[in-house]
Amino acid sequence: MIPADRELTEAGLAPEGRGRILLIACGALAREILDLKAANSWTHLDLTCLPAKLHLYPEKITEAVTEAVTRHRDDYDGIFVVYADCGTGGLLEARCRDLGVEMVAGPHCYSFFEGNATFAARDEFTAFYLTDFLVRQFDAFVWKPMGLDRHPELRDMYFGNYEKLVYQAQTDDPALDAKARDCAARLGLAYERRLTGYGDLATALSAL
Amino acid sequence: MADDEIILSELDDEELVLQMHDDLYDGLKEEIEEGVRILLDRGWTPYDVLTKALVAGMTIVGADFRDGILFVPEVLLAANAMKAGMAILKPLLAETGAPKVGKMVIGTVKGDIHDIGKNLVGMMMEGAGFEVVDIGINNPVEKYLEALEREQADILGMSALLTTTMPYMKVVIDTLKEKGMRDDYIVLVGGAPLNEEFGKAIGADAYCRDAAVAVQTAKDFIARKHNAMA
Repeated sequence: MIPADRELTEAGLAPEGRGRILLIACGALAREILDLKAANSWTHLDLTCLPAKLHLYPEKITEAVTEAVTRHRDDYDGIFVVYADCGTGGLLEARCRDLGVEMVAGPHCYSFFEGNATFAARDEFTAFYLTDFLVRQFDAFVWKPMGLDRHPELRDMYFGNYEKLVYQAQTDDPALDAKARDCAARLGLAYERRLTGYGDLATALSAL
Repeated sequence: MADDEIILSELDDEELVLQMHDDLYDGLKEEIEEGVRILLDRGWTPYDVLTKALVAGMTIVGADFRDGILFVPEVLLAANAMKAGMAILKPLLAETGAPKVGKMVIGTVKGDIHDIGKNLVGMMMEGAGFEVVDIGINNPVEKYLEALEREQADILGMSALLTTTMPYMKVVIDTLKEKGMRDDYIVLVGGAPLNEEFGKAIGADAYCRDAAVAVQTAKDFIARKHNAMA
């Protein structure tokens, strides 16, 4: 069963205890990973997620991943960390190296969903990205934490230098497309949708 | 009018300054503008209004942000209020010859458009008596170098929010070294994904985790520079 976004945001997801390799992932990637697991019959992979709200506090990610690796490593043959750098400034990569575990390559999920090489080649630094999860959770992850629900006048201080919102669609869902378009309008940005699928996430997991 | 409404002009100086600290904390732009005007009308020097009312108030905001009591939206509102107060004071400070501590060129690196942290640092540096030349966002190395030379700056401040753009700071520092200019400037770096190790690794003089630290670090380095010259 797919866990609710709210649960993934606040609490994360506990492992099922089945499979040789444990994926320690961001809660924002749970649906995508479970979908890939089911579609490919990857029964050797188990999944646990840290709360997606860590996305808002990147400085806490490295320690949270370390704690999860330490807690679970004796129960599995291997562990794979499904975080990119995610604003840790290289600290997560260095810690994973110290812990002897692999992780997904790339600066953040926006990059690996599109494919790290393609994303880097675009060099579109005036784009603000949303994924399926972030479109669904736009208010919880963007609007409210930035205080725009209470102080809409701050919008241009945050987004004045951006030009467009790019919705990287993992799934082809017209309702999410419409919601993402509305998010762009609320932020005062042009809108673009790209159907990325799972990009390098699928490639990385298929190699395990 | 509510019975408990505070009339700023009826407060004595000490009460008014404390009230301005509260108003700054609450991001009340118009109240700050009014408070600044009242203090000036009472004969306060622009420098005293700046340091005792605005900077002191913003220092409380900065400390509570550091301690996780305030968050970015509240800090931005406070910064907007302080900016409004400073807009009144700036021309007066120039006229009255307030002390200048040093000059800083500050900008966000190439490929990065984030400027909230940079703007906060710039404002607090101005509040502390530094002359700040803000060269904006998405700056290639040439633009930094040109501004440093043109402005005869003491300090270079570089900001980045992205893991992908922060390595560009090293490009700037390495270019300064190649041109034999590195020792002419104090180089301070900051931004959410940076840390002290990164600052050391790229050859910056210091990593500053927030605006208050940036101000203190800049003051310390300027004092050391002056001591070395004495």
